[in-house]
Amino acid sequence: MAERVLMKGNEAIAEAAIRAGCRHYFGYPITPQTEIAAYMAKKMPKIGGVFLQAESEIASINMVYGAAAAGVRVMTSSSSPGVSLKAEGLSYIAGSDVPALVVNVQRGGPGLGGIQPSQSDYFQATKGGGHGDYRMIVLAPASVQEMASLTIKGFNLADKYLMTSMILADGTIGQMMEPISFEDAEIETYEKPWALTGTNCEREHNVVNSLYLKPDELEVKNFERYERYKIVEENEPMWEEYMMEDAEYCVVAFGIASRVAKNAVAAARAEGIKVGLIRPITLWPFPKKALLAAAEKVKSFICVELSMGQMIEDVKLYTQCKRPVSLCNRCGGMIPSPNEVLEAIRKAQKGEC
Amino acid sequence: MEHKRLTLFAGHYGSGKTNIAVNYAIALAKEGKQVCIGDLDIVNPYFRTADSAKELEKAGVTLISPQFANSNVDLPALPAEAYRLVEDKTIYGIMDIGGDDRGAYALGRYVPAIKEEGNYRMVFVANCYRPLTRTPEDALEVMREIEAACGLAFTDIVGNSNLGPETTPQTVLDSVDFMEKLSSLSGLPVFAYTAESSVAKQLAGKLDPVIPLQLQEKYFDLPSQKPGNRPLWG
Repeated sequence: MAERVLMKGNEAIAEAAIRAGCRHYFGYPITPQTEIAAYMAKKMPKIGGVFLQAESEIASINMVYGAAAAGVRVMTSSSSPGVSLKAEGLSYIAGSDVPALVVNVQRGGPGLGGIQPSQSDYFQATKGGGHGDYRMIVLAPASVQEMASLTIKGFNLADKYLMTSMILADGTIGQMMEPISFEDAEIETYEKPWALTGTNCEREHNVVNSLYLKPDELEVKNFERYERYKIVEENEPMWEEYMMEDAEYCVVAFGIASRVAKNAVAAARAEGIKVGLIRPITLWPFPKKALLAAAEKVKSFICVELSMGQMIEDVKLYTQCKRPVSLCNRCGGMIPSPNEVLEAIRKAQKGEC
Repeated sequence: MEHKRLTLFAGHYGSGKTNIAVNYAIALAKEGKQVCIGDLDIVNPYFRTADSAKELEKAGVTLISPQFANSNVDLPALPAEAYRLVEDKTIYGIMDIGGDDRGAYALGRYVPAIKEEGNYRMVFVANCYRPLTRTPEDALEVMREIEAACGLAFTDIVGNSNLGPETTPQTVLDSVDFMEKLSSLSGLPVFAYTAESSVAKQLAGKLDPVIPLQLQEKYFDLPSQKPGNRPLWG
């Protein structure tokens, strides 16, 4: 049996990043993700890496931009208000087509909000956050094991598509502890001929930049970028289906909400209600095909979220409004209980949604 | 087992200090003692002593907890009431210290009184399956950092090596070498081993003493994660 260790979700991200070859971490502390920085502070000096606590979130994301332009695997981590501060840098990184990994261990908002878990940064992560036309690959772990495996996957995808991968976790998964192992970690490496590594007087200068003086050139860049995004949307959606084979109702939930929902689905099945769960693992690219296929066979959808209802818009969009979609939600740091979700499933069965 | 008037639990974060402190407080109360447990954790935002408030109240244990524990206020402040733990000599006091040296700084202000009374046990909680305390040498480093931060030396160690819901009796037995090495490196006795109660039961006759722990169920536990079941998730 592979070596098992007991880890906090935040630690799992940090250790996985190191195993993925990340030797550059720039961050600024914020609850509930501080263990990532603490772990990096402890480990990086011992393995020849860089841990740097920047003077602000804005500084740290620009350090990430610089290191990414130099072609190294680099990351930063924060929680909701801190990610808002990083938004400008995220846009610059996207506009420069360099790969980076950014972690958001979400807490309640808006504003300073609170420190308890939340999923209310779905819009920010999947629809932008920073300015301009761009996308990030958004990965939503639902266990400590996935905090590790999706971090490694995130680095691989970032390098493959020259994009930012965001781990969109929440405070609970960041803080909770579960046994995990790293045995299946598959580290991919990619050539980076565009990187700013010094010409050694042997090649032309590389330039990493998001400024284009001519609008037609900028337009072409955007077109090219979106051709690349199309490939990501075609090849990279990930999701899990649970008890969907004969399902008449479909719960859609990601991250911590999906764990609560899974308990509720099992309880509803025990009552004889034919219900299943689709758990998006990539929030962008969204698992459109899985949702559309489900819309062909179920009577209605129940979206479970720790927000006022954000993913529900994508569920409606990609099921093409073929079936009703109801919302079961808590927010502000509160989490729906399995019973609340069960009640929402019962209501759906009665056609009350 | 001889009980000191004050028992302090410190160690690496995530080593299980809070679970052990809560279980120890309830066990003492069951012996008829007047027990007061203080949450001195200024580091951890979630999963605190106050999560066990109902169980503690039922057992007749007084809980002293930071005013803002489990709220949205991320304020590392301790209540004035916490001084009762060191000043009220009529009670048995349990102190749950925050993780690592950072958590132990908060203990420093109580240390002169603790030393003056001289009736305490300072317990280092160790889990060899935690990534930053995988070796006895790493655990010893954490131990020394905590001692330097709070100004109080450990007197005992407790082995709480576990893999959460995957813990088997063998998981605990495999940690014995680690604990004995840590004991010889630090010169401190292994006060006890701890394990979730169903695992502790199976360790009878194989390891002694093992203190059984009642663990809290969490809202995100899956049915497959109940003790003895392997998780399906992840």
